[in-house]
Formats: sequence, C-alpha cells, structure tokens
Amino acid sequence: MTPLGKAADLADVIDRYVADFRAFAGNGAGGAPSWLKEIREDAIARFAQLGFPTTKQEAWRFTSVAPIAETRFVRAPGSEVPVSESRVEQFLLRGAAGPRAVFVDGRYAPALSSRVGLPQAVEAGSLAAALGAGGGSELARAHLARHVAWRESPFAALNTAFLLDGAFVHIPTGVALEQPLELLFISTDQSLGPAVTHPRNLVVVDRGAEAAVIEHYVSLARGLYWTNAVAEVVVGDGARVEYYRVQSESRDAYHVATTHSQQGRDSYLGLHVVTLGGALARHDVHTVLDGTGAELILNGLYLLGGTQHADHHTLIEHARPHCASHEFFNGVLDERAHGVFTGRIIVRPGAQRTDSKQTNNNLLLSTEARADSQPQLEIYADDVKCTHGSTVGPLDQTALYYLRSRGLSTETARSLMTYGFAAEILGRMRRAEVRERLDRVVRDRLESGAAARAA
Amino acid sequence: MLEIKNLHASVEGHEILRGVDLTVRAGEVHAIMGPNGSGKSTLAQVLGGHPAYTVVEGSVLFEGRDLLAMKPEERAREGVFVAFQYPVAIRGITNAYFLRSALNAIRKHRGEEELGPVEFMDRLEDKLQVIGWDSTYLSRPVNDGFSGGEKKRNEILQMAVLEPKLAILDETDSGLDIDALKTVAHTVDKLRRPDNATVLVTHYYRILTHIAPDFVHVLSDGRIVKSGGKDLALELEEKGYDWIREGAAVA
Repeated sequence: MTPLGKAADLADVIDRYVADFRAFAGNGAGGAPSWLKEIREDAIARFAQLGFPTTKQEAWRFTSVAPIAETRFVRAPGSEVPVSESRVEQFLLRGAAGPRAVFVDGRYAPALSSRVGLPQAVEAGSLAAALGAGGGSELARAHLARHVAWRESPFAALNTAFLLDGAFVHIPTGVALEQPLELLFISTDQSLGPAVTHPRNLVVVDRGAEAAVIEHYVSLARGLYWTNAVAEVVVGDGARVEYYRVQSESRDAYHVATTHSQQGRDSYLGLHVVTLGGALARHDVHTVLDGTGAELILNGLYLLGGTQHADHHTLIEHARPHCASHEFFNGVLDERAHGVFTGRIIVRPGAQRTDSKQTNNNLLLSTEARADSQPQLEIYADDVKCTHGSTVGPLDQTALYYLRSRGLSTETARSLMTYGFAAEILGRMRRAEVRERLDRVVRDRLESGAAARAA
Repeated sequence: MLEIKNLHASVEGHEILRGVDLTVRAGEVHAIMGPNGSGKSTLAQVLGGHPAYTVVEGSVLFEGRDLLAMKPEERAREGVFVAFQYPVAIRGITNAYFLRSALNAIRKHRGEEELGPVEFMDRLEDKLQVIGWDSTYLSRPVNDGFSGGEKKRNEILQMAVLEPKLAILDETDSGLDIDALKTVAHTVDKLRRPDNATVLVTHYYRILTHIAPDFVHVLSDGRIVKSGGKDLALELEEKGYDWIREGAAVA
C-alpha cells in the first residue's frame, strides 16, 4: 500500500501546496486584479478542504492519484527555455500554416505564436496579458472560473488557485474563423525536478460566431512532470464550435484536466477528445446544454499501451428542453494499459424532448489490458429519449474471419479492424484538415504498437 | 473445379457433415437444398475455411489443389468466395476501403498491379449499377447499420467486385423481399460465365425460379441424399423435405 494512507502525511501534502500558494500569491501573482486574487484565495482554501481524492471516492474508484500526491512537484519556472520554431512546427497539428498560441511550460511564448489569418477583432493569446492590464479584461472577469465547478474538484480548485496563464480566446459575434486556431502547450523544463504547470484556458465564442480550436499538449522532454489543466469553453447562442483536445504528453507524465463547456440556445459544439500520452491521465469533461435547441457531439478516443492509465469522466447536463447530445468514446488498449470511462448524463427537470445517446466501446488487444466502463443516467424529466451502451472485449473472431475470407491476411485484418475502432471516432470530426492530421497520428501510433507486439 | 469427397466436419465436437460428395465443374450452377440443421451452412463455412469448424475426414480439391490446406485468405485469393448468411459489421472502415483492400489483396496474389482509390472507383461504377446502389453505400462503414437486405446486397457487390471462380452463396436469399431477391438473383445470373461456377445454398425454392440451376442436391443429416436437375427443386417445393428424409432412412 502507499505510504499516503496516514492522515498526517495527507495533511503534510496539503500544507505543502498551501505554503507554495502563499509564496506564489505573495510573489509572482502580484499583478493580478483583486477579483482574481479573491478567487484564488477561495480556491486554495477549497483545495485544502478537499485534499487529493482517494479510490474510496466513487468518482475515483478506478484511478489512484497517489503517485501525484506523493511527488514533490515544483511550479515550472517558465524561464526562457529555448524552443526552436522548427520544433514547434513539428508539433503543430496544422503545421505552420495556421494561427496558433504557443505556451512553453505554461507561459505564453509570443515569439512562437502567430495570428496569421485571424480577423483583427479576434483575441487569441495570453490569459495573463488579458488579466494584467487595468483590472483585467471585462470578458475574462465575466467568465473566468464562473463556469467550471472548481468547488467540487480538488484539481480544478488547485488549478484555479495557481491560475496564472494559458490561452484566452474570444471570437466576437458573427465572426467565422476560416482556419482552426491551435493552442499548443509544450512541457520542457525538468531542471528543478518534477515540474507542474496549471494551464488555464478560457475560450469565448459569441453569438452566431464559428470557430475550430485545437487544444494540444506535447512534451519535449522525457521524465516525470505534471500538467493540471482547466479549460472553460463558452459557446454563445447560435454559435458553432469544433473543439479538439489532443493529449500527447510524454509517456512518463501525469496529466489531469477539466474541460467545461457551456452552450447557448441553438448552438453546436463538437467536442473531440483524443488521449494518447501520459503514464497517468484523468480528464473530467463537464458539458452543459444551457439553451433550448443546443446540440453536442462529445466524441472521444483513447489509444493506450505499456502501463498507461487513462480515465475519462464525462458529465453531460441537459439543463434545457429540445437539446441533443451524442456521446461516443472508443478505447484501444494494448499491453497492460487500463482505460476507464464514466459517462454520466443528467436530464434536469423541465429538459423535455431531450435526445441523448451514449456509447463506449473498448478493444482489448492484449490479455493483460483492462477497461472499465460505467454509464450513469439520471433523468428528471419524462419526455426524453436516452440510450446508452458499452462493450469491452478483444477483436471479434467472426469479423476477423470475414475479412480473411475476402483475401486479407490475418495481420491486415487485425490492423484494419483496430484502425476502424479509431476511425469511427475520427470520422465525426468535421474539419477535414484536423481529421486528416489526427488520422496520420493515429495510424503511426497503431503501427508502432503492432510493431512492438510483433517484436 | 471443385471436388468434395467423403467430407466429414464437426463443430464443438458435434459431427455435422457426415460424408458429403459433390463435384462442381466450370460453368455450372448447383443448388444445395435441405431442411434446417441438415448441414448446408456448415458445408459453406467449411469451404470458406471458418476456424470454428474441424474437418474430421475426407478431401476437397479446388482446381486440383488441396483446398482444406489453405488459409481462408488463400482460398479467397485463389478465387473462392463465400457470401455469408450473416454478414459481419466492421466499424469505422468504409465499404469502399474494404472492397479496395480485398480486391488489391487478390490482385497482388495474381501478380497484377494494385488499384489506387480513383481507378478503383471507376471500375466500381457499373458494379454498383447492377445491384441498384448509389455511391453513398461506399462511404458507409461495412455492414454497420445496414438492413438485412442491404447486407445481402453488399455480399453480392463484393462478389461482383472480386470476380471469384467459385462463388458459394450461403442462404443469400433468406430474409429478402421480392425486389431484393430479384436483384440478387439477376446479379448472380449476370455474373455467370463459362469459366466460373456457383453453389447456391438455400432453404427455399423461390430463388431458383430466377436462377436456373444445372443441378439440385438435397442435403439431409450431413449427407447428400438425392441429386437431380431443376425439377427436383420443384418436387421439394411441392412435397417438402420429409419424403426425402423418410426415403433416406429406408435406403
């Protein structure tokens, strides 16, 4: 068992974070507006109350965060770590062609970022900058930490307490972005020991605006570090957003994230989650359909190998009538990987004519891989259509024979079926340029997995 | 083309085929009829190479070569095609991609150049027309969300694209409405050539009114108990299978 079981140790861990917060608040965070300082104080107090979760809590039953609690992380100094432009271009899903905001160890890197093709009225840059000038942006104040349920989550509370920088994106009313905007987060610096960053992103898409945004996590270094990210995505009435969240951290990293979306009337949000990296990853997705006629596609893929553990904890909240949510998560688990999926759907009283569909399919490529899948439906309205289903298992032998009976070799049939599992999710991505790049990433990943199995 | 001798096969320890003999020559259409549980589908699956079935005894030669020694994919590449009674859905893989992969695997085996997506689509056009489909079926995942009739048509489309020497249709007619049945029968008929052969495994006489078989065989309790011409099918339609079974028991 972990040494963390003792109450005294747990208290020590919390004290350490509180002490670090005091140092942070008294030093680096001095420039923040007073309203933000108050939120941070509330957040660290809340974290101190909640502490790190344990597997005794239902929401954390399959995922132990003891490795995170036990490690003494230092806040990434965010110094001038040199990252070459060519390196950044390799990471970018869209290459150098499109607009991007690049963050190195949690801090905005203007020299690596580009507004190419963005209309003047669009904001796409540093949250720190938006918070800094003259009491901070009114827009940031109106939305920041107002949506995400950080009081219920120790990790979101910790992120909020240490909130310093991240992406601030604003697409004004009626503006349509031509190209996807990529937000790239690069972890580099482990020079002071295992580092933690708390990237905080706020994306506000106003009424009738259209945008595709990519939130992308990558790493330059191996070794242990921890990313604890939070994103709040606000989709205005009639707005249409494709939001891609791609986690390609190093295989040694810990990645904890909360994504919260809030949708207005008749809006569309395609929220696509692709999880490839991390030794230990947990992603809480909380989507609120908060306007009549809103539509959500929550579409996720996790490809895990080695001893990777990834837990996707999703909550779709139907708060208004006539909304549709379609959730699809597929997992491909190889070697000794462990995938966890929880899909909670809440239909609030009065949210009539809700149409909600959820599926989670897990493909086990090895006998030691494992998947846990749990749907949770809470329906408080009577005129609704809700369905859910999940599967866990190896490649279907009959399907394998079917493909072979058409001339494909066993190996080709296996890889085709495995790829199909991923392709089913990729196929729902509406931006062809993003879908095609991710398709390449996924194929490479599956091929290297197959090569490792064959070796 | 196909020579089956004294074929015995079992599944999960139960012997289903108990000495099947059958010879099929190029240009011929054979119908294999019989009651449920007689072993019709087992015969089709054994010829396809389904791993769940074990051949206990006997031999099968395809163009003089030992078919039973070949893997399922080798049989397909040599020109054997089995249309499944229950076609399987392949999630995430489009029909077009699947068909092209299958065709290219076979072309590669024959030493022919593999086809790119554009060339392939060109060739597909008239095959689609034959079964009355538009290209939307090509961008859908293989059999995923297809109706029973659509799945059967998809089998026939695969057959049309892969151009096998020997096609074995395992109850392709069951569960089809009359229009779908006509389309399927018409397509099979159209694909008849002097150098290929078809084995229709069926429970019903209906499809045989659209495809005239050269030979009709009755399978009962794992053996072919009666063979004849097209008239035998009509006799079965009128009298049912019981008289055959009784006759077999007496003999």
